[in-house]
Amino acid sequence: MTAIAERANPMSQNSTLVTERPAIGRATIIGGPPPGAATLEARGACAWFGDRLVLEGVDLVMPAGQVTALIGPSGCGKSTFLRLLNRMHELIPGAALDGEIFLDGTDIYATGTRAQQVRMRIGMVFQKPNPFPAMSIRENVLAGLKLARLKCDEKDDLVEQSLLRAGLWKEVRDRLDSAGGALSGGQQQRLCIARSLAVQPNVLLMDEPCSALDPTSTRRVEETIDELRGEVTVVIVTHNMQQANRVSDTCAFFLAAENQPGVVVEQGPTRKMFENPDDPRTLDYVEGRFG
Amino acid sequence: MPGSTRTKRVVTEVPSVVDKRFNAITMGAGISVLVLLLLVGAFLFIQSSNAISETGVLRFLTRTEWRTDVQPPAIGVMGLLTGTVLVAFVAVLFAVPLSVFCALAITEYSTARRRKWLIGVVDLLAAVPSLLFGLWGFLFLSDKMIPISTWLTQNLGFIPIFSTEQNASLTGSIFIAGVVVALMVLPIITSVTREVFSQTPPGEKEAALALGGTRWGMIRAVVLPYGRGGIIGGSMLGLGRALGETIAVALLLPQVPQQIGESIHILQNGGATVSGFIANRAGADAFTTSGLMAAGLVLFIITLATNMIASVVVSKSRSGAGVDL
Repeated sequence: MTAIAERANPMSQNSTLVTERPAIGRATIIGGPPPGAATLEARGACAWFGDRLVLEGVDLVMPAGQVTALIGPSGCGKSTFLRLLNRMHELIPGAALDGEIFLDGTDIYATGTRAQQVRMRIGMVFQKPNPFPAMSIRENVLAGLKLARLKCDEKDDLVEQSLLRAGLWKEVRDRLDSAGGALSGGQQQRLCIARSLAVQPNVLLMDEPCSALDPTSTRRVEETIDELRGEVTVVIVTHNMQQANRVSDTCAFFLAAENQPGVVVEQGPTRKMFENPDDPRTLDYVEGRFG
Repeated sequence: MPGSTRTKRVVTEVPSVVDKRFNAITMGAGISVLVLLLLVGAFLFIQSSNAISETGVLRFLTRTEWRTDVQPPAIGVMGLLTGTVLVAFVAVLFAVPLSVFCALAITEYSTARRRKWLIGVVDLLAAVPSLLFGLWGFLFLSDKMIPISTWLTQNLGFIPIFSTEQNASLTGSIFIAGVVVALMVLPIITSVTREVFSQTPPGEKEAALALGGTRWGMIRAVVLPYGRGGIIGGSMLGLGRALGETIAVALLLPQVPQQIGESIHILQNGGATVSGFIANRAGADAFTTSGLMAAGLVLFIITLATNMIASVVVSKSRSGAGVDL
């Protein structure tokens, strides 16, 4: 499948591995998302919990096939923004929003657009690994197909490809029928990544995917993110500055003043954000002077 | 060298007088419940010894008829037990799906306000005296159920249990009694399953939704597997209640012990349950009373076992660790 490699965006300075690896195949899913990475764009995104405005006026482009990192101190609305991007925000009682989120030019909040359709195209990996404990590794990977009622005639291929992409295949190939909950924390998180990738989404959202993991597992997940570059658009929330620097192409810095909603202070190419940002607050934050 | 000079100390806390007293009170309350249970068992055992020794344990357990008008009297609990189990099974069969959906409506499909309201309504159902359920079933539901019973016997009559005899009355049947008892055990099953469902890890639910699942898909993939132990345990707890249900069944069924020799017809008038039979015959001669005590003892043991198995199932399941029964 060369289509994937061709579709890949211009590589950032961070990506070195992806071009050398043999491309992983792509099983056909009937009724699934259209192939390839997609651009996400937020325009004037605001979010409320009850009467409290927690996020205000975020304009951000997350280019197709690139890794975008959302950084900033706790409570500045990064995770809320991430959950706006695949309509998970609305699941919280009392949650409201304003603004538009475009997925390849189509507003995901347009009337008549179903949240399930959006979430199928925009996958999500959570802070705490959450595989389905009653299911085997294989069933976990295929859970999305069942949930989104998609059909695939090459299920074995799909399982292998998804686990390969998530960097877990070698470790679990001989025990696909054992329980997903029996894996280590880092493996569980990669299983969750594989589970999200199995639906072949256009975007993958990651909400502090490594904050519950040890350094070795963290490195494996970062390698996985690196390998996904070009195939899927990745948006990652992280508190780890080094991680943001290592994995992302573009970066957005969120900040909330006391009792004020979170806003994006600055955004741009990761290198610029870390080396000579325009806003002094960004420099203070990336150099660890606060937050 | 190390070890030889070390002295091992075990530090234990000396409880204060207040703690000691409180401990004694709570322990006393706990133990008294157990003692009471044993006393009830012992009372039933002693009271029933007359009838059992005259009939023989095995004969009493296996005989279906209950006749005190012949000499020597021929009494046995099997006929009553059959009716009891059948009513309880019909009840659980109806109550479990209804309760599970009810619990899902409360935990998964309701806003906070509607959730409170629904919980209140279901709890209210538990507060209705069982006599009222019995009266309602006897005076109102019995007639309304005839078309359903007729349909069932016409379409499923080839299964012996659903067949009816010519010109048999379709009121006062085990089926109708089971439906009424179903309403009475619905609150307990709903409350146990609701409790278990509400403990489903939110992370797993979000994962299912984030994969593009519908709410129902999420329930099937996450909530129901997680709550399986609670559903089974709650059903068995409901079964325990249904086995002992008295007043409604005493009103609804003619309380003629089920004959095992002939086939069982759950859709037509007939049948008896242990508790209903005891209620109907209470105050009879000494021998009958002793026999009723023996039947009660059998029911006591069965319900106790059912409830114990239920609590084991719930506590052993992943979801039931924190659920009190």
